[in-house]
Amino acid sequence: MTDDRTVSTELRAAAADLAPAVIAAMPIGLLFGALATAKGMSPLEAVLASALMFSGGAQLAAVEIWHHPVPIAALVASTLLINARFLLMSASLAPKLPKLPLLARLVGFHALADENWALSESRAAEEAAAGRRITATYVFGQGWMFVAAWVAATALGAVVGPFLGDPRRLGADFAFTAIFVGLVASFVRRGGGGGVAAVLASAAAAAIAHRTLGAPWHILIGAAAGLLAAALLHRPAAGPKAVTR
Amino acid sequence: MSLDPTTLAAILGMALVTWLCRIGGLALAGRLRLSGRAAAAFEAIPPAVLTAVIAPTLLVTGPAETLAGAVTIAAALRLPLLATVVVGVGAVLVLRTAGL
Repeated sequence: MTDDRTVSTELRAAAADLAPAVIAAMPIGLLFGALATAKGMSPLEAVLASALMFSGGAQLAAVEIWHHPVPIAALVASTLLINARFLLMSASLAPKLPKLPLLARLVGFHALADENWALSESRAAEEAAAGRRITATYVFGQGWMFVAAWVAATALGAVVGPFLGDPRRLGADFAFTAIFVGLVASFVRRGGGGGVAAVLASAAAAAIAHRTLGAPWHILIGAAAGLLAAALLHRPAAGPKAVTR
Repeated sequence: MSLDPTTLAAILGMALVTWLCRIGGLALAGRLRLSGRAAAAFEAIPPAVLTAVIAPTLLVTGPAETLAGAVTIAAALRLPLLATVVVGVGAVLVLRTAGL
């Protein structure tokens, strides 16, 4: 089988697919930088958090509960709860990648975030339909471009944040929501009825959990309800199939 | 450029658990052989997780966010991603300006 994919074409495709996510993430990175410095973190500490955590949701939640003295245990617990989903995401994506040295995987998967993970899953499905695997260049190249953009946005936010004012005024906070809606829609369009049921169950359960238990429990509870709905509505007539290769 | 030891410890702790979640799936991945309902649940992970993250904004924040969410969903079913984001942000701006 011929393979016309090169490092250059893969990186270009990765960048083009990532562009909307970068545009949506920039205001959030700016916002984090601005909020973190407003809470007393130095710009260096805010940038370090973005580079080492690379997790918008957990970072914004951390800023929310940040006070002095710094509640390290609460911060780590909240981060774990919010990011437990990465466990499922990497378990789902990892088998779709070509064989790689362990070190490359350990470093590469640091760049796993919601948006680029969804793009990689989507790309992997397309490549599978064409009878081949997604390239590591696409997955990790895209991931590390996203890390670079996120760190740059944070640095900018930490420096100019105090002069910007409320990002809600510009609707910038909703960009994050809109991009997730778009990503969910692409999954639902590709999948069957189980996809719609999973989305509806997840939305309802997450909204109720957010009202009753508060963040970040809604993520775990919503996701669990969605998986349950997909499992319960699964019809064996569709035929059993192995998920991993 | 200051670096407070307690702040640094908090950042490193949060970064470590996040990274462990990211690489944890690598250990799981090779051992999963799913079929039937379990496979259906596994395939539902992406939309279910993404939906749970944004559901509070869409459903329990305010009328402007909920209406803008409906507009965004309608756009997402027809338009590419970037256009969806533009429509969504535009909708929420208009609705908030209208005082909802």
